[in-house]
Amino acid sequence: MASNALKQEFSADSGEFLTFILGGEEYGVDILSVQGIQGWNGVTRVPDTSEHMLGVINLRGAIVPIIDMRLKFDLERAEFDSTTVVIVVRAELEEQEHILGLVVDAVSEVYKIDRKDIQANPEFGAEHNTDLVKGLITIDEKMIIVLDVDLLIADWTPENDSEEVAAA
Amino acid sequence: MSMDLDLTEIYEVFFEECAEALEVMETGLLGLDLGSADLDTINDIFRAAHSIKGGAGTFGFMEVSSFTHGVETILDQMRDRTREVSEEAVQLLLESVDCIGAMIQALKSGESGDAEDRPTLEKRITLLLSDDKSDSPRAESDTDEDVDQTTDKREPDGEASSIWTIHFAPSQDILQTGNDPIYIFRELAELGDLTVTPDSSQLPAFSNLDSEVLYLSWTLTLISDTDQSSIEELFEWVSDQCELKISVVTPTQTAEDSTTESKGSEASSANSKTEKAKDKASPATKVKTQQPAKSAGANSTTAESASIRVGISKVDSLLNLVGELVITQSMLKRFGESYNPELIDELRDGLNQLERHTRELQESAMQIRMLPIKSSFSRFPRLVRDLSNTLEKKIDLVMSGENTEVDKTVLEKLSDPLVHLVRNSLDHGIEMPEVRKANGKPETGTLTLSASHQGGNVVIEVEDDGAGLNRDRILQKAIEKNLIAAGDNLSDERIDNLIFHPGFSTAEAVSDVSGRGVGMDVVRRNILDLGGRIRVQSRPGLGTTLRISLPLTLAILDGQLVRVGDEVYVISLLSIIETVQLQRSHIKSISGKGEVYLMREQYIPVVRASDQFGIRSADEAEADLLVVVEAENIRFGILVNELLEQQQIVIKSIEKNYKKVPGLTGATILGDGRVALILDVPGLMQNLINPSALAEETDSIAA
Repeated sequence: MASNALKQEFSADSGEFLTFILGGEEYGVDILSVQGIQGWNGVTRVPDTSEHMLGVINLRGAIVPIIDMRLKFDLERAEFDSTTVVIVVRAELEEQEHILGLVVDAVSEVYKIDRKDIQANPEFGAEHNTDLVKGLITIDEKMIIVLDVDLLIADWTPENDSEEVAAA
Repeated sequence: MSMDLDLTEIYEVFFEECAEALEVMETGLLGLDLGSADLDTINDIFRAAHSIKGGAGTFGFMEVSSFTHGVETILDQMRDRTREVSEEAVQLLLESVDCIGAMIQALKSGESGDAEDRPTLEKRITLLLSDDKSDSPRAESDTDEDVDQTTDKREPDGEASSIWTIHFAPSQDILQTGNDPIYIFRELAELGDLTVTPDSSQLPAFSNLDSEVLYLSWTLTLISDTDQSSIEELFEWVSDQCELKISVVTPTQTAEDSTTESKGSEASSANSKTEKAKDKASPATKVKTQQPAKSAGANSTTAESASIRVGISKVDSLLNLVGELVITQSMLKRFGESYNPELIDELRDGLNQLERHTRELQESAMQIRMLPIKSSFSRFPRLVRDLSNTLEKKIDLVMSGENTEVDKTVLEKLSDPLVHLVRNSLDHGIEMPEVRKANGKPETGTLTLSASHQGGNVVIEVEDDGAGLNRDRILQKAIEKNLIAAGDNLSDERIDNLIFHPGFSTAEAVSDVSGRGVGMDVVRRNILDLGGRIRVQSRPGLGTTLRISLPLTLAILDGQLVRVGDEVYVISLLSIIETVQLQRSHIKSISGKGEVYLMREQYIPVVRASDQFGIRSADEAEADLLVVVEAENIRFGILVNELLEQQQIVIKSIEKNYKKVPGLTGATILGDGRVALILDVPGLMQNLINPSALAEETDSIAA
C-alpha cells in the first residue's frame, strides 16, 4: 500500500514525514529514512560512551545503537513510559548503511508535505544542536521541526574520529 | 563506449576475471621450466592473456588490449615452438603481467588504464619480437612479417593491395549469441574496398521463415593491403560459430592460396595496427627489474575484493540443509496446531532434529567464508624469485598445506604479515651462498611455508634454514633501547621474542627489503588483532621458525558468559586459563595504581570488570570470582560476580552502526534476543601494561 502511494505520488517536491513528540514539541523525519518503530524494551549498556547513547539493541541480528533524543537535544530527562518508542532510522554514508534508534516520547502522525514549504532554520548562533534541524514547517497551525536524518547519523561518525585523536 | 548504460557492474566482473587470469599467468610463468616448457602450461598462460585482451578490447580499454596483444604474440610463438622459453622472455612476461595488473588497477580506481612501465615494456616486447630476425632488412617495412612469420608463413609480403576472398557461412543460430555479421562487414569495409555477395539459397519459404535464424551466407571480396591476421581478428568472436575461408590473390605474386580453416579462438595471433606504429620506434631501453616491494603492494590490494567465489558443492549442501529445516519446521508446526500430550516424545524428537539442523546449517554457512590458504600463498613463488634475484641468494621455496581452509577475513588480513615474515627470512635469515658453503651448508637455502589445522586453530609456519637469530645482537640492542637491564638473565626464548618489540631491528643496515624496525611489531599487532599468536623459535646456525596460530574463523567463538552486576559479558574460552574462587585477603594493591592477586605463589594483575566498564549495579563485595585469562603470554585476572553458561556465540560488529569501543571486540546476541558485549582480552591487557609498568613488575617477580 505504502509503495503504491509512493509510486503514484512521489515527486521531488512532495514527501511524507513521520512526526514524533519530544518535550512537548513535534519533530518530523522523512518517512523514507524510517526503518521501523518499536516499543522500548531496554538496551544493553555500552561502557565509555556519551550520556545520550543509551546502549545497543539487537535488531534482526544487527547491533544497533540507541540514543535518547531528549538528552541529545539537552532536554530534561524523562521516565520511559508506555508511549515511549524507538524510531529506527537509517542512512547511507559513504555507501555503507548505518542504522540508529531514536528514543522519543511518542509517535504522532504521518503528514504529506511539500518540501518547498519547509522554511529555513532560523539562526540560533552557536547553539549547535540546531545543525540537525533541516527547517520548520507549519501543518494544521502546528509547528513541526524537520530533522535531517543523514546529518543525525553522520553526527555519529565524527564522534568516532575525535575520540581516536584524543586517544592517540 | 560512450553509452549511457551503467557498466560499472560489468566492469567489476571483468576486473575480477582479469585478476584471475593474471594469477593464472603468473603461476604458469613461474612454473615454466626454461628450455623444455610444458605445452599445456604455455597454453594456459596464452589463454589467460587472450581472455584479458579480448575483454579489454570489448570494453574499450585499448591500452590494455594492445599491450596484452604483444604479450600474447610472444606466448603464441612459444607454444608454436618457434620461440625458446628463455629466462629473459619469462622475466619480460612476468613484468608484463605486473604491468597489466597495474593498468587494471588504474582502471579500477577510475583513472585511464595506463601504467608507468608500459611504454618501456612495450619497447622491450617489440625488441624481443624483432630480435630473432634482427638481420632482416624487412623489419623496416611496416608489415608484420617478422611477427607473423610463425603463424602466417605463407602470407604475402609487400605493400601492394591484395584481393582477399572471404567465404563466410555463419551457423544458423549466430544471431542468438548477439553477433551480427553486419558489424563485421562494416569493420572489413574500413580495411579496404569491400564487395559483399550474399548467398540466399538456404532461405526457406516465407511461411517457414524463423526471424531469429540466419539463413544467409556470404562471399566477400576485399581489396586491401591488410594481412590475413587482421581479417581473422574481425571474425574472432564468431570463429567457432561459422565456416570461414580466406584466400588471397596478390598482384605481386602468382596466386598463392593461403587458405586457413578457422579453428576456434586460436585464429588471432598477430600484432594489431596500433602496435605496428610503435614497432618502428627506436631500440628499447633496458629497464631495471621492478622493485619487489611494489609488486607485493599491488598484489595485496587486489586480493581484497568484496565478493567471494564459492564452490557449487558448498551451496548445494547449504540448500539441502535449508530444505531439511523447512521439513522440520512444518513438522513442528503440526504439533503447535493440535497440541496432544501423547505426542510429547515426537515433539522432543522434532526439537532435537531442529537443533541438529540449525547447527549443521550454521557450519555450512561458515564453510562459505572458508577459502584455501592457497590464494595467500600463491604470491610467494614470485616474491621469493624476485627477492632472491635482488639479494643474489639462492633460495628454494617449499610450500605445504595450501588447501588448508581459513576464514576469508583472516586470510586477507594475514597476507601482509606473511609477506613481511617471508621477506625477513629471505633477507636476514638465509645467508649468502658463499657463507653457507663456508659453513658446510648447501648453497641453496630453503624456505618452508606450511599451513595446517590444529584443533580449533590454523597454524602457519615460516621456516628457514638460515643463520638463526643473533641472540647477542638482540640482547645488546635491547639493552641499548632500555627494554631490559644489562644484568638481566633471560631465557633464550625470551631473548628471541624481544624481536617483536616496537622499534626493534637488528639489521646492520636498512635494506630495501626489510630492516626499518617497524616490522615484527606490526606483524605481531596484526596477528593479535586477528585473535592469534605468534612465536619465534631459533636454532643458531640452523634456522628460524616463526609460528603463527590463528582462530579458524572470526565470526564465531566459544564464549563463557559472565555476570557482572546485572550485566552479562562474554569472554572467549580460548583466552581463559582457569577460574578461581577469590580469597579477599589475597588481593593487594600496588602503590594505589593497581591490584594484584597472589595465586599459587604468583602475583597476577587484577582487572575489576565493574570499574573497567562503569557498571553501577555491581556490588563490589559480591564479586568474588577471578577469571584468569592470558594474552601474549601474560596472565591477568578479571573479577566477575558469576559464571553463566558456555556457548558458541556469533560475533557481531558494534562498529558497523556505532564505533569501536575500547575493551570490547564486539557484541553477540543471546538466546533471549538480548545483546551481550564481548571482552577484548588482549586489549584489556594492553591497557593494563601500558602505560603502567605493572605487568613487567609482576613478570619479573614471577621469573
